[in-house]
Amino acid sequence: MNFDIPKFPLAHIIDVALNWLTSNFSFITKAVSHVTSAAIDGIVTALLWFPPWVLIIAVAALAWRMAGRRVAIFSAIGLLFLWDLRLWEPTIQTITLVLISTLIAVVIGLPLGIGAALSKRTSRIVMPVLDFMQTMPAFVYLIPAIPFFGLGAVSASVATVIFSMPPAIRLTALGIKQVPADLIEAADAFGSTPRQKLFKVQLPMAVPTIMAGVNQTIMLALSMVVIAAMIGAGGLGGEVWKAIQRLEPGKGFESGIAIVILAMILDRITQRIGRGSKTATAK
Amino acid sequence: MSKIKVEKLTKIFGPRPSTALRMLDEGADNATIRDKTDHAVGIADVSFEVEEGEFLVVMGLSGSGKSTLIRCLNRLNEPTRGSIIVDGEDITKFDREQLLKFRQHKISMVFQHFALFPHRTVLDNAAYGLEIQGVEPAERNERAAESLKLVGLDGWGDNYPGQLSGGMQQRVGLARALATDPDILLMDEAFSALDPLIRRDMQHELISLQERMKKTIVFITHDLDEALQVGDRIVLMKDGRVVQIGSPEDILNNPANAYVERFVENVDMSRVLTARSVMHRARVVAFPNDGPRTVLHKMNEENFASILAVKRDYTLLGAVSLEKASEAVKAGAKSIEGLIEEAPSVSPDEPLMNIINVMAEWRYITPVVDENGKLLGVVTRTALLSALAESTSEEGIDASIATQEGETA
Repeated sequence: MNFDIPKFPLAHIIDVALNWLTSNFSFITKAVSHVTSAAIDGIVTALLWFPPWVLIIAVAALAWRMAGRRVAIFSAIGLLFLWDLRLWEPTIQTITLVLISTLIAVVIGLPLGIGAALSKRTSRIVMPVLDFMQTMPAFVYLIPAIPFFGLGAVSASVATVIFSMPPAIRLTALGIKQVPADLIEAADAFGSTPRQKLFKVQLPMAVPTIMAGVNQTIMLALSMVVIAAMIGAGGLGGEVWKAIQRLEPGKGFESGIAIVILAMILDRITQRIGRGSKTATAK
Repeated sequence: MSKIKVEKLTKIFGPRPSTALRMLDEGADNATIRDKTDHAVGIADVSFEVEEGEFLVVMGLSGSGKSTLIRCLNRLNEPTRGSIIVDGEDITKFDREQLLKFRQHKISMVFQHFALFPHRTVLDNAAYGLEIQGVEPAERNERAAESLKLVGLDGWGDNYPGQLSGGMQQRVGLARALATDPDILLMDEAFSALDPLIRRDMQHELISLQERMKKTIVFITHDLDEALQVGDRIVLMKDGRVVQIGSPEDILNNPANAYVERFVENVDMSRVLTARSVMHRARVVAFPNDGPRTVLHKMNEENFASILAVKRDYTLLGAVSLEKASEAVKAGAKSIEGLIEEAPSVSPDEPLMNIINVMAEWRYITPVVDENGKLLGVVTRTALLSALAESTSEEGIDASIATQEGETA
């Protein structure tokens, strides 16, 4: 088959654009990278300084407060098992990356979600970008991250933030839009300013939905952090990656199961946040 | 000067109302305007006034524009044309700041489906308006608690709205609206979502609250019985236009057109008419020192089976029956004092339907007394029935009898 139409040089355009961006701006991003990577290392080192059982008790206590006894017991047993598998250090690395990425994703995503809910124009810009972010295969983000941030945890967390942010934005916007129209009318009828309406009515009522978004963000962050092991993010994903390269199915499953356990713990704990207020309101 | 003066108020829904406005002025009807311009007419050239302290009911079926109208009064709906003068100021000209102040201090609203904030306690709901005004927590909680007390929810402040019944939730809605002590209260189908018994209670309470507070109330309803029950005056709407404005009596007695007539003919007259409208002056009464023979004579004159006994100043004592009087004559008694039975009495504002209930228990004429117990007149069975028959069409009577049976059963 012969095509006479010239190929549209999409790849070339993107490469040129990225090259231009890296050569002009990578000094900023590299600086950011140094600071962030130092921060991440610091947190990991600090967490590893504690004996594992201290952290296990702390997590179990947190789980108890937020999600009840069953989740607390499950978390404690799960973490003990990870420790026993000699996977404590990669587990801590993974948790740190997940939590930092989630934090950044939420800090950026919440205002964007609010903006998208309140302004049609913002929504019209943000929503297609989100579609793009969500449908693009996750590891494509890893490639351009490297020239900007170098190999390692920072690139991984940048890619993770991009990949995991959409639910935080979408569900924040959804939660705010879902506030019943008559409650908005009531807020307006009493002379609320837009800011008062947002903070006293819309956001509080959107909390359960926003928390569901945060939960989704955490789960996506975890799945991305594992993939990001390919660019040297380490952690549990790194263990899986090593096992693949050395063809050690046993080790691979060990780390894989560890990731599943970690995912379940994070999910069960964060799923319940925001439910508290819901049960208080709905009868 | 009237409290609210609405003049030629028009609301067209849609982005470019000018064509629709022109067609409206040329006399086009709503359907034509909708087909030609894709704009919906909410209300068209509505004018009326509300006096200070008046209870005005705006009534119409769904789609008649009554909700649009009430939302124009606090500009939840932005009027397309016309003016709304409140206390001499045209609120349609208010800028953002003025509008917020107006909503915060002068006017408040009660909603059909309560619209309480589920994440806030009952007290915090009641305090919402004050919180928006920037009142300090201690003061606003105190005032909100007072407001809750006013609507009979003392002690419920720490509950969440979801824990309350519908009637109680609407009390919270009312407390929230009253907490800011506004001059004007807008009530959008406030009782329509409540079941009939609770609704009647709330109507009574609202009337008694209104007697104490003298707010200017604009109350929306689709229920004519409710309108007649609570309103000083009624604005009747159809297709976004005012059909008739008048007191309940005006509307019942002189329906402006077939539309109003159709509304009115289904009214349960026994709820609308009061004792005052059917009572007669008591032509003959018995005094305590009358002899039984005199009393018997008075009864025969009027052909009554009983007579009311009063003191010289017309304070009601009770009733004397024909049988007792004739027995006393045979026994040769000197006065009727021992013969007086206690008789049920009603106030002049008692609706006929309540009098019907009284009469079911009491065989004789029913006395109407003022608040000091003085006899004003009497209601006889004949008078009551003929009043109902006169003021109601055939269908109406059937309907009212049906309701009677339904309620006593």
